Amino acid sequence: MDDLFGIPAPLLFGQLLLGLINGAFYAMLSLGLAVIFGLLNIVNMAHGAQFMMGAFAAWMLLNWLGIGYWAALLLAPIIVGITGIILEKAFISRLYKLDHLYGLLLTFGLALIIEGVFRNEFGSSGLPYRIPAELSGAWDLGFMFMPVYRGWVVIAALILCLATWLIIEKTRLGAYLRAATENAALVQAFGVNVPRMVTLTYGFGVALAAVGGVLAAPIYSVNPQMGSNLIIVVFAVVVIGGMGSILGSILTGFALGIVEGLTKVFWPEASATVIFVIMAIVLLARPAGLFGRA
Amino acid sequence: MRIRRRGLLGTAAAATALGGWPGAGQAQAAPIRIGVLTDMSGPYRDLTGPSSLAGARQAAEEFAAATGMAVEVIAGDHQNKPDVGVNIARQWFDRDGVDMIADLPNSAVALAVAQVAREKNKAVVGSGVGSTAFTGAQCSPNSVQFTYDTYMLAKGTGDALVKQGADSWYFVTADYAFGHALQADTARFVEAAGGKVLGAARYPFPATTDFSSFLLGAQAARPKVIGFANAGADLVNCIKQAREFGLARQGVKFACLLMTVVDTLSLGLPEAQGLLMTESFYWDLNPRTRAFAERVRGRLQGRIVNASCAGNYGGTLHYLKAVQSLGVARARASGLEVVERMKAMPCDDDAFGAGTIRQDGRKLTPGYLFQVKTPAESTGPFDLHKVIATTPADQAARPLAEGGCPFVKI
Amino acid sequence: MADTTTTITAAAIPDPAQESHGVWGFTRAQLAALGLLIAFLAVAPFLLYPVFLMKLLCFALFACAFNLLIGYVGLLSFGHAAYFGMGGYLAGHAAKAWGLTPEISILLGAVTAGLLGAVAGSLAIRRQGIYFAMITLALAQMVYFFCVQAPFTGGEDGIQAIPRGKLFGAIPLDQDMAMYWVVAAIFLGGFLLVHRIIHSPYGQVLKSIRENEPRATSLGYRTDDYKLMAFILSATLAGVAGATKSIVFGIATLTDVHWSMSGEVVLMTLVGGLGTVFGPVVGAAVIVTMQNYLAEMGAWVTVIQGVIFVLCVLAFRRGLVGEIGNALKVKL
Repeated sequence: MDDLFGIPAPLLFGQLLLGLINGAFYAMLSLGLAVIFGLLNIVNMAHGAQFMMGAFAAWMLLNWLGIGYWAALLLAPIIVGITGIILEKAFISRLYKLDHLYGLLLTFGLALIIEGVFRNEFGSSGLPYRIPAELSGAWDLGFMFMPVYRGWVVIAALILCLATWLIIEKTRLGAYLRAATENAALVQAFGVNVPRMVTLTYGFGVALAAVGGVLAAPIYSVNPQMGSNLIIVVFAVVVIGGMGSILGSILTGFALGIVEGLTKVFWPEASATVIFVIMAIVLLARPAGLFGRA
Repeated sequence: MRIRRRGLLGTAAAATALGGWPGAGQAQAAPIRIGVLTDMSGPYRDLTGPSSLAGARQAAEEFAAATGMAVEVIAGDHQNKPDVGVNIARQWFDRDGVDMIADLPNSAVALAVAQVAREKNKAVVGSGVGSTAFTGAQCSPNSVQFTYDTYMLAKGTGDALVKQGADSWYFVTADYAFGHALQADTARFVEAAGGKVLGAARYPFPATTDFSSFLLGAQAARPKVIGFANAGADLVNCIKQAREFGLARQGVKFACLLMTVVDTLSLGLPEAQGLLMTESFYWDLNPRTRAFAERVRGRLQGRIVNASCAGNYGGTLHYLKAVQSLGVARARASGLEVVERMKAMPCDDDAFGAGTIRQDGRKLTPGYLFQVKTPAESTGPFDLHKVIATTPADQAARPLAEGGCPFVKI
Repeated sequence: MADTTTTITAAAIPDPAQESHGVWGFTRAQLAALGLLIAFLAVAPFLLYPVFLMKLLCFALFACAFNLLIGYVGLLSFGHAAYFGMGGYLAGHAAKAWGLTPEISILLGAVTAGLLGAVAGSLAIRRQGIYFAMITLALAQMVYFFCVQAPFTGGEDGIQAIPRGKLFGAIPLDQDMAMYWVVAAIFLGGFLLVHRIIHSPYGQVLKSIRENEPRATSLGYRTDDYKLMAFILSATLAGVAGATKSIVFGIATLTDVHWSMSGEVVLMTLVGGLGTVFGPVVGAAVIVTMQNYLAEMGAWVTVIQGVIFVLCVLAFRRGLVGEIGNALKVKL
C-alpha cells in the first residue's frame, strides 16, 4: 500500500507525526489556559508572552550563566512561574470580584508590556538557541526522517499533560482545586487557603506555558513576537474543546494538531484557517465546545 | 496643541545646540533638516531603526565638518502604521522644516510617505525600502531608492547560483504578494540562466511557525537548491527546522532570497553556516567599507554595521552633496530639484564606492552573493560572510523599460 | 468565583431612571457636552492640523461603534479591526479601481463590514463573556489572513494612492478643509446614530440584556436577535470609520486589520470610559495624540500602551469621562 487517498503513504504518516508535534504545543498551551481559567475564571491573554518568556529565560540561562538545556527545562518554568505569581499577587488578584472581562483586558495589557520590554532589551530579530547535543540527530523511520528532538517534544508534552491531569483529577490537592472551582467560599471554610491556591495555580499555568517556550526555543525563532500569533490559534483550540475539562483540552490540542497536519497535505493553503473553520462548525453544532459544559 | 508646542521647542533647542540659527525669519540660514523615519519599536527595529539613524547621523556630521553646512538629523518611529508615518511626514514637512525623509522600512509606509513628499515637493531617500514598486509603477520623481530592491536580491542569488552549477531549484514561499514576487523573479533568473524550477511549497503567511511539512515536500523533490522566499522570523524558523531535518547534510544548498547579516547573527554561525544570500553591503568588503565601519561603529552600541546603516549613510551623504551643489536656499525650496541633481551627480562614498542614480530613482549598486562562514572560518563575532559572486551594478537593477514608472523616458 | 453572570458595569454612576431625558435622550449635561463637541469640531480645524483631526475623528467613530457593543450590550469584541480594516479596503478598492465617488465607496465599505459582521456575529453570539472575546479574535484573525493573501489588498504594500475624488461627483475633496467637513459630518452622524439607537426602545432591550439576559429572555425577547443586530450595527459603523479613514489618507493597509488594532480600539474606549456617551471620543483623542507624541520617543510605544491598559483596569475603570461625570455627578 503505497498510496492513501492519492498521497504517498510515507508523506501522509510523516505529516501525521508532524501534526502531533504541533498538537503538543497546542495541548500544553491550552492546558495552561484551562487550568488558570478553571480556578481564576480569567482568560490569560499574557499566555503567549509567557510562552515567549520561557524561551528567553532558557536563552538567558545559557548565555549569561552557562546553564544548559536540561537545567533550563526545570529552572526557566520556575523563574517564569514566579514572575506569574508576582503578577497575580500585584495585579490580577485585585480583579476577582469584577467581571471576567477585566481580567482579560488586564492580561492583554500585561502581554503588551512584556512583549515591548523584551523587544527593547533583545531586539526583534531573534536569538540563537541550539538543540542540546543529546537530542540532535535523527531517526530513520523508514517512511521518514524523524529528528530526535521532535520526538522528545511529543514525549515531554505527553508526560507533562498527563501528569497535570493526574494531579488535578486524582490527588487531594487536585480535589481541593476542583472543589474551589465549584465553591470557593465553602472550601475556604474547610480551612484551605484558597487565595494562596489561586496564586499558585496561576503560577503553575504560567510555568506550563514557559515549559512550552523552552521546548520551542531550539526549533522556533526565539523572538519577542513568537507567542502572539500562536496564542490566537490556541484560543480557537480552547473554544473548540471548551475550557471545562482538563483532559478535553489535552485531547483537543493533539487532535487539532493532527487535523492541521493533514490539511497541509491535502490543501496547504487552508492549513492556516482550518482550526478557525472547525471552531465555526463546532460553535454551530455544539456551542459549549466538544468537552464543555453548557 | 501639545504636538505643535513640542515641535517648536524641539526645533528651537536643536537650533540653539548648533548655535547657528538666529531667527525663524531667515530661512537661508536655517539648517538642512533630515528626518529618519524608521521602525524603532516593531519587527524591523533590529534591521533599521537605530542602525539607520546612526548611518544618517554619521553622514550629516562628516559632511557638516567638511563643509561647514548646518545639518540636523531627527528621528521618528512610524510604528509600521502608514497613517502614523504619513502624519509624521506631514508634520515634519509643514511645521518642523524637514527637507528630506530617509530610510522608510515597511513598503506600505514608504509608498504612502513618498506620496506626501511629492505633494509637498520634498525629497525622500528610501534606504530601507525594498519594494520594486517604489521605483516602478508607484515611482515618484522626488524619491530615491538607495540600498537594494527585491529584484537585485532575486537576480544576485538566482542567476549567480545557477552559473555555479546549482541548477535545480525548489521554493519554500510565503503565500502572499511579497513571497510570490520574490519567487517569480528568482525563478525567472534561474530559468534564464539555464536552470530548472522543480516546484514550490506555499505556506500560509503569517500563520505558520512549523515549516517541517513544507520542508519535507521540498526535500522529496530532490533539488540542488532550496530557495526561501520569505524573511525575518519565518526565514529563521525555516533554516532552523531545515537543519533539524538534516536537509543540508544531503548536499542541498539553501538560498535565502531576503536575508541580512542581522539574520545571520540571529541564527548563529553553527545554524547559518553555508547559507547564501545577496546584499549590497558588507562591512568587510574592502578597505573603504572597513574604514566606514570603523568610523561609525561608536554610534551603534555593539550592533553590527549593516546595509541599513550604510545605505542611510550613503544616501544622506549624496543628498547633502546635491544640496550643496544646488545651494541651500534652492534646495530647501524644491525637493524635486535636489533629487534631479542627485541623479545628475555621480555618487561616491566609502560604503558603496562609486555609483549613479537612474532616472527612476534607483541607485545602481552591485549585488554581492554572500555565503555565511563556518564557525571555523570566522575570526570574530562580526566576521560572518564571504563574497562568492558579484552582480555588476548595471545588471543588478531591473531594466528601466520593465519598471513601468510613468515619468521614465526611454 | 464560579459565578459568571456579572457584566461589565457602565462607567457612569447615576441611575438613568432618575434622570430626565430631554432632546433625543440626551440629558442636560450631555447636551452641554454635545454643544462643546460641536463647537470643537467647528473651531478645531483652524487651530489644529486638519489631517490629524480627521484621523482622530475616524478613530473616535470606530471607538463609538465598539462602545455600542461593550458599553450597552456588555459584549467585548476583540476582533473589531476586521470590520474597520475591511471597510477601509473595500472603500479604497472601490474608489481606486472602480473610480466610484467617495460617498458610494464609503457606503460599500460599510455594507461589506456589516455583512462580515452578520456572519461573525451570528457565530460569536452563541457564546458569552470571554468566549465571545476569543471567538471574535479568532474570526478576525481569519479575516487578517484573507487580507494578507487576497490580491486586491496589495499585500504588504497595501492599496496606495486612493483618490479622494469628488463628493456626489461634484465637490472635490482634495483640499484638507473640504475633506474635514465631510469627515466631521460623518462622525457626527455616526455619533448621534449610536446615541439614538441606545435611547430607542430597541436600545432599552439591549441594556436589559446586559443587565440580566435570562430575565430579558423570560420577558419574551429573542435576545440573540437583539445581540446580532447590535453586532451588525457596530460592525457597519466600524466599517464606515475604516472606509472614511482610507479615503482621507489615500491608503488602506494591513495595519488596520491586525489584531493589535482591535486591541487599540478596546484601549481607546477603556481610557475614555466604557458605556459613556463621550468616552470613546475622548479616549480616541488621547490615544491618537499619544501615538503621535510617542513617534518621537522611539521604542516604548507598546509598553506605554500596555501600562495604560493595566492602569485603567486597576485604577480607572470608569475611564476619563466616567471619572469626570462621577465628580460632577452627571452622566456623560
